[in-house]
Order: sequence, then structure tokens, then C-alpha cells
Amino acid sequence: MSTDKQPTMIFAGQEIPIRSGQSVGAALVDAGIRSWRTTRKNDRPRGLFCGIGICFDCLLTVDGQPNQKACMIPAEDGMRLEPGGPAATGVALRADEQELH
Amino acid sequence: MNHPVSGKGADVIVIGAGAIGAACAFFAARAGMKVIVLDRGEIASGTSSACEGNLLVSDKEAGPELDLSLYSLDVWNNELKEFGHLWEFETKGGLVVSATDQGATNLKQLTGRQRNNGIQAIDVDVADLASYEPFISRELTSGAFYPQDSQVQPMLLAGGLLHLARGFGATVHTGTTVTGFIRKGNSVHGVTTTNGTYYADNILNAAGTWAGGIAELAGANVPILPRRGFVLVTEPLPVTIRHKVYAAEYVGNVLSSDAGLQTSPVVEGTHSGTVLIGSSRERVGFNNEVSLPVLKNLAAKAIALFPVLAGVKAIRHYHGFRPYCPDHLPVIGPDPRVPGLWHAAGHEGAGIGLAAGTGQLIAQALTGGAVGMSLQPFAPERFEEIHV
Amino acid sequence: MAAQSIYDVTVVGAGPAGLAAAVSSAAAGLSVLLIDAGNQPGGQYWRHPDEKLLPDAGHAGHHGWKTFEALQSRLYAARNTGAAKYLPDTQVWLISGGVAPSQPFTLQLMPSRDTPKPQHAIPDSVQTRRLILCPGGYDRQLPIPGWDLPGTMAAGGVQALMKNHQTLAGKHVVVAGTGPFLLPVATGLAEAGAQVLAICEAGSPMAWLPHVAAVARVPSKGLEGSQYAALLAKHRIPYKIRTIVSRIHGTDHVESVTLSKVNSAGEPIQGTEKHLEADLVALGWGFSPSLELPLMVGVATHQDVDGSLVAIVDEDMRSNVEGVYIAGEATGVGGAAMAVAEGTLAGVTAAADAGQTTQPRFAEKLRKDIARYRKFAVAMHLAHPVPSHWTSWLDSETTVCRCEEVSYGDLGHAHAVLGANDPRTMKMMSRPGMGWCQGRVCGYATASITARLCERAPTVADLLGQAKRPLAAPVSLAQLAALDEPINPES
Repeated sequence: MSTDKQPTMIFAGQEIPIRSGQSVGAALVDAGIRSWRTTRKNDRPRGLFCGIGICFDCLLTVDGQPNQKACMIPAEDGMRLEPGGPAATGVALRADEQELH
Repeated sequence: MNHPVSGKGADVIVIGAGAIGAACAFFAARAGMKVIVLDRGEIASGTSSACEGNLLVSDKEAGPELDLSLYSLDVWNNELKEFGHLWEFETKGGLVVSATDQGATNLKQLTGRQRNNGIQAIDVDVADLASYEPFISRELTSGAFYPQDSQVQPMLLAGGLLHLARGFGATVHTGTTVTGFIRKGNSVHGVTTTNGTYYADNILNAAGTWAGGIAELAGANVPILPRRGFVLVTEPLPVTIRHKVYAAEYVGNVLSSDAGLQTSPVVEGTHSGTVLIGSSRERVGFNNEVSLPVLKNLAAKAIALFPVLAGVKAIRHYHGFRPYCPDHLPVIGPDPRVPGLWHAAGHEGAGIGLAAGTGQLIAQALTGGAVGMSLQPFAPERFEEIHV
Repeated sequence: MAAQSIYDVTVVGAGPAGLAAAVSSAAAGLSVLLIDAGNQPGGQYWRHPDEKLLPDAGHAGHHGWKTFEALQSRLYAARNTGAAKYLPDTQVWLISGGVAPSQPFTLQLMPSRDTPKPQHAIPDSVQTRRLILCPGGYDRQLPIPGWDLPGTMAAGGVQALMKNHQTLAGKHVVVAGTGPFLLPVATGLAEAGAQVLAICEAGSPMAWLPHVAAVARVPSKGLEGSQYAALLAKHRIPYKIRTIVSRIHGTDHVESVTLSKVNSAGEPIQGTEKHLEADLVALGWGFSPSLELPLMVGVATHQDVDGSLVAIVDEDMRSNVEGVYIAGEATGVGGAAMAVAEGTLAGVTAAADAGQTTQPRFAEKLRKDIARYRKFAVAMHLAHPVPSHWTSWLDSETTVCRCEEVSYGDLGHAHAVLGANDPRTMKMMSRPGMGWCQGRVCGYATASITARLCERAPTVADLLGQAKRPLAAPVSLAQLAALDEPINPES
């Protein structure tokens, strides 16, 4: 009988167990995490809303890619997730881009 | 319906509830005139809803349009200063950049001329570009910074100005299409519309890209053509671009009469976090179909200015039709060919910036007072012999 | 990579309508491309666990599962013979062309997600002579005070989590809105172990009475009804009519809700409030068809009896645009069986229009089926309207546009002070619909609010302002810069 380690993804440093076929959003909700992003204007928490990829509320950063829909990305062992929100969206600064000419 | 004042009708009917019409209505109403604003659509449903809200002095060579821009800037910063928060007025500054050695030389000559013409222009060495814009391309050759270039939200501008005008007694009637002019001899003193008849001593044609048609109804030739422009809108981003940034060849495009596609990058951030990417100019009539070559060009040139934009997503695009006169100057002032008829239209891509000055000048002229600058270069009758 | 050849027909969407259209087009001898944003066929209606990972997962609660299995195996058979090409994980972001007769359409494509990258190659664009658009729809939403707290979800999203990801979105649930869809969501949650505290139906089942004949002609619906009644009894789920969730409470996520009775116009009745502790609110007010692709190619629309904007088609599923056919929810919300019939007929019609053998008896049968389903759908819509004065339950702080955080008060200001009288002007002044989702969630509500502020009901013009989207999905600037078009030689 194989005793594979339970697959997990890392969200903001925390290990989150995942089941085969779950989306990132489903795995987070199963782990009791309801929100993983804050809004730009009022700094309010957001997580899943429409659940089918049309509302863009559930955005977070997956393996360095910002603005991924948690409800549509299949959870995979070893995935690294960071919260979405104004600070983390869009332009991903790399060290060499921060260097001034 | 119209409620005549002193039995003679309103003092002025403004046809067009966009930025220009709204500014004229505001200044005229504030000067004590009874103003009626008519629009076949809704407030700012024409070109004012499809632009970026730029107030630029940096893209203008010496001439009447620059004079009007500087005059208008003064109005924005003085008479309209207390209302600036209503339309998110921001003196953002503009950064123009060149990508070649020849471009750098040309830019230095340009800024020298511009300073002589009263424009504040600061030469920026290539080594200092990143301190203005940290994410700008490292492949550029020089730049120029224009502290006077500013920004407003054009919808809030039109809505805000009309709200203020209503406070001075103006009335606004949307969904009202002008169908004809009512004449007394050669003069006009009223308009027929789809919502009844309105009378006024003066009728101001501020119908933007459609002003030629209104003028024609009155029997005057005012050749205004559409010059289509697209804007790409990105996803909301953290503050990435601090000023308006554009490439030096933008100036050449503005002045060009070519009908073919002209594109040159103009990139700026907004309050909501989206980045607006322009600009394109084409004379394709009122064609509303998406143009893939335009989208490609806008995207490619924006990336050339800001490489970090390559991975950023566009969430929509929009286009509008700049009102374009053959000599690149707007039409502002009374029309001697049709007494009672006035025009304030044809500002091409500078309408928002020029709205403040146009509005004040029109109001001054309407009330018979001293006019802040000569309107002669913008005279409608200069098109006597031109037919489009 | 540019298109290699021109397909006879391209079907967009692999839900019930699209699957049926692809299968019937291929069977009629056309070369078919089926494009879908999902990773496997089924769309929303037939969502199920990922077959590659969980091939033996159960399909409890799936109506018409045998129909799905049959269509799916016919699709794969057509793919194996080369009659059809199937591109999953693919998003169409722009459609152009088709302007002149016999000019093909060009579809711009991209992967439907950035990560993980799909394992099959997706061409940048494809060309097709004919288009069958089956874009489906999504839950229609009406804002409620507090609905932007995490733990509030669309009813369809709650169901997707269960069917697709075998996950419960919460443990103490209130299901609210209007329409028969609330029933499978509530019973599905209960069967999966959640406590469903109430189903709040804003309408009244008495509204069905005039339409009993329509219900009787679709016997399977009657059977469904009695199955739900049994499940509600089993799980002791109160079904409250003329009731809404009038407020959702919590600091950073849903903690409790207030229920209120409403009159027939949707106005809350003072003194009828009830407070319930909950951690999940599932909201559904019918469905909004996704119309950006049909609108992009010039398809005409009108308002259906449920108040939604839908594409206009003739009885053979042709739109007003030559070479473009529409099937499924986009022609009018009516469920999976109707979508399958419409999709099948669209394929039959496209083949006939392309000069293949016609199938008049089959087409006639399909038309009759569609008419029958349509009568039932109309009855359902009329029994579950969006309440005419629903905006009365909003307060000035209620978020209307979730993306841009635009409140009901902001919209009121734009109308009263800035003079916005139509949804387009409202959008340009206050920004509802300008964010990431481009008005998908708030579009209907914004149109409805604007109309009500102007003391009228929403019209087609109101809805169009929020339904047109120049880009069907966000696309990177790098992808735009790589379009197969000439660069301006001037610069």
C-alpha cells in the first residue's frame, strides 16, 4: 500500500491540503480560507463569488503569475500561491527591473 | 418646452452637451445669460466619452492653437480651479521621449522653440528618464518633461459643468435632435427639434464631430471631418506610470493630414489603476469596426516604451471620432454668414484641454464684453470656398 | 501560428448546445471545429469532476446524464475520424470578418488560463465559413446590502463547487433569489451534508397556475418537481415564498443574514424581518446569456420575457447575420434539453445552408421539441420575474459594481447631479462595468437601477450598453503585439 504524502499547495506560507480534481479556490475554501484578496478602493476582502470564472473576484498569484482565477486553476502539488490585491496585482517587479539606469 | 425670457426666448441655445458645449453653457450662464442646452444623445455621448481627458501644451507648435491652449490652461488653473475636484483635475505632467539619436536632436530643438513660445519644457537626459518613470524602456535616447500637461475625467467634466450651469439657471434637454433652424430674414433665432421648438437670440453649434451637419442645416459651410482614434485599456494595476508618456513623433502625427493610419504611443495611468494606451489617427469616416492593425500597433509601441507592459492584459478598448478641420484649427466664434449662429467645434484631439478657454471666450463674445484673445484665426467664414 | 485551413463550421462552447451542434454538423458532413474554454465538455449544466483525474466519480444529481455521455462519445468518435477538431482550454477573444458574403470569419484564440499551460497547441487564430455560437450564460445577480462579504456566492458557483470540485462552500446555508434553479442547489448542498436553513423565493408558486398546461406538456419537469419536494421534506428545508435576504451581516465574511417578506413588487415589508446565523448565502435570479461574441459579429438582440437580452434567431436557429447561428441559453434561457435540441438544429441548418443533404423531417421534429420546451421556459420565467421594485431593498452604501466598488449612492449621484439618464452614461461617469469583469456581474443591475431612477423599466438599449464587450476576455499586450497584421511603417 503506497503511503504518498498528501499533495499540498502553499498559500502565503501555509500548507493547504488538496484533493485531486479540486480547483485552487475549492481547496482554500475546504481549508477554511474564505478570502485571499483585498479590493483596491476600500480594502475589502474577497474570495469566491461566481465560481465559474466570470466575476474576477477570486484573483490571486499562482506560481508567480498574478491575477489567476482561483476557481478555474486546478490545484497541483507544490503550487505556490500569494494573495491578490492592489500590491500584488499586475506588474510583477523583478529585481533587475527595479534597478535604475 | 421653451419658456421665453422677456418674451424673446433664451439668450443662447447650445447644441451639444459634450465638453465644449458644457463649458460654453457654464460660462454663459454664469455671466447671467439664459442658456438652453440641447443634445440628440445624452450628456457627453459623443467624442467626449471616447477620449482620455488630456490637457496638453507639449504637443503644440507655435500658432493660434498653442495660444488658445495656453489661454485655456490659465482658465483651468484660475477661474475653474475651485471646481477641479469635480472632474479629477490633476497637473500630472507629460514626459516626451525619443528613441533615436536624430530624435534626440529634434527634441532638443523642439523644446528650445517651445520655451520661446511660453511652454515650460525641461530637457531630460537619458540617464534621468528612469527617475521620472522607473519602468520606462532603457533603449531611449532622451526626453523632455512638460510640467503643465494635465488631466481631467471628461465625463465628470461635462456632467459637472452642466450641473454648475443649471445652478445658474441653464436647462439641459437630452434626447433632443435639432431638425432645422428658424430664420428671420437671413438670421436665425430658433431651432426646431424632435421635442418642440426653442427660441434664442444666439444659437451655438457645439456639436463636435457632427457640427458640419448642424452648420449645413443653417446654410453655413463648416467642413468638420471625423478622425478616428482607438484607446486600449489595461487591467487595473498598482501605480506603474506616473505621468503622461509619449513618443516624440506624436507631435508629427497630430499635424499630419495623412488619411492613412498613424499611430504613436501615448501611455498614462488613471485613478482607477487602468493604464490608457493610445494613440491612433485614421480618416475612415464613422467606421465602428475594430481595427486589428491599430490594436497591434498600439500594443507594440506601448511595450516598446514600457517593456513591463508585455505581460499586462488589455480588458477593453474604445474608439472615438475627433472633429477635424482641414487646417488643424477649431471653429470658434460668430458666423457672419448666418447672423445669430455661432460655432465652437472642430478641436480635433485637443477638445478637452481647449474647452475651458473656448467656453470663456464664447461667453465673453456672446455678452459683448472684451474677449481674452482674438478669435480671428478660428473664424468660421474662412471656409467659404472649401467643400468636403 | 496562423490558420492552416478554413473550417466549414466552428462551434464555440461545449455545453449542451455546443456539443449537440458539433455532433450534428459533423454527422451532416461538415468539417467542424469545436472550441471551448473549459478543460472538458459539459459546459455549466453538465459540470462534473475532471475525467482525467477522477474517471469513476459519480454523477448523482445530473439530469440528462445519458444524453451527455452519448453526445460526448459521438464528439470523440468524430474527432478520431478527423471529422471534427476539438480545442478545449481555449478562449475566443475576438471575431472579425464575415462582412461580405462568403468572406470567412477569423477567430482570435488564446489559452483560457495562464497557468498551468494547456498541453495541446492552440493556434493564434482560425478561419471558418460558418459560426455556431453557443456561449451559454451565468447567474444573473441583484445586489443586496452586504453581498460583497466573502461567503456570498452565486447559486451556480456553489453548485459548480459541488459538482466539479466536490467541495462544500459553507455549512450553514441560505439559498435565495427566484426560480427553480434554487431547488437543485439547495438539495445538492443538503445531500452533501450542509445544513440548508431556508430557500428564500422572492416570487410565489401561485404564479404557476396560469401556466399549468405548459408544465404538463413536459412531463419530466413534473417528475423533477415531486423529487425536489421529497428532498426538501427529507432535509427539513423551509421553502419560504415572497421572501428575500434583505441584508447580509459580518465583518470580514458572512456571519448572519436578515430575511424579509416582500410584496409582489419586491418591496420589503416592515416588521417581517428574521435573523439567521449562516456562513454561506447562495444567490440566483435566473441567468444572463453571454452575448459578447454574438454582438461582436453583429447579431440582433431583443429582450426576452425574463428581462434578459437574448439573440434573435429564426425557427432554424439562423441569426440575422449570414453564416452565424446561435443555440442554447443565448437565444433565451430554457435549460439543457432545449439547448440540445437547438444545437442539433443549428448543425442541421448550417449543413443545409452549406449545400449538404437537408433533413426536413428531423428538422421539423426538432422545431416542435424546441417550441414545447420554449413554452415551458416562458411559463417558468413569468412565474419567477425579477421583482419590479427590487431596487427598494438597496441602501446608498450597497455595492453595485463589485469590481470597481461603485455604490448605489454613487449611481444616484451620477443621475441626480451629473445628469446620467442611461446605463452607458452611468457607466462612463461612475464606472460600473469598467473593471475586470466588464459588467458581467453588475450589468443587468446597473441597467435596471438606471431605468428605475428614470422611473421606467429597462429596455434593450439599456441592456446593450453593458452587454457589448470589444474584447471577449482580457488579452495580454504581448499577444496583441503579435497579431498577424502589418506594423505601421511610419514609426
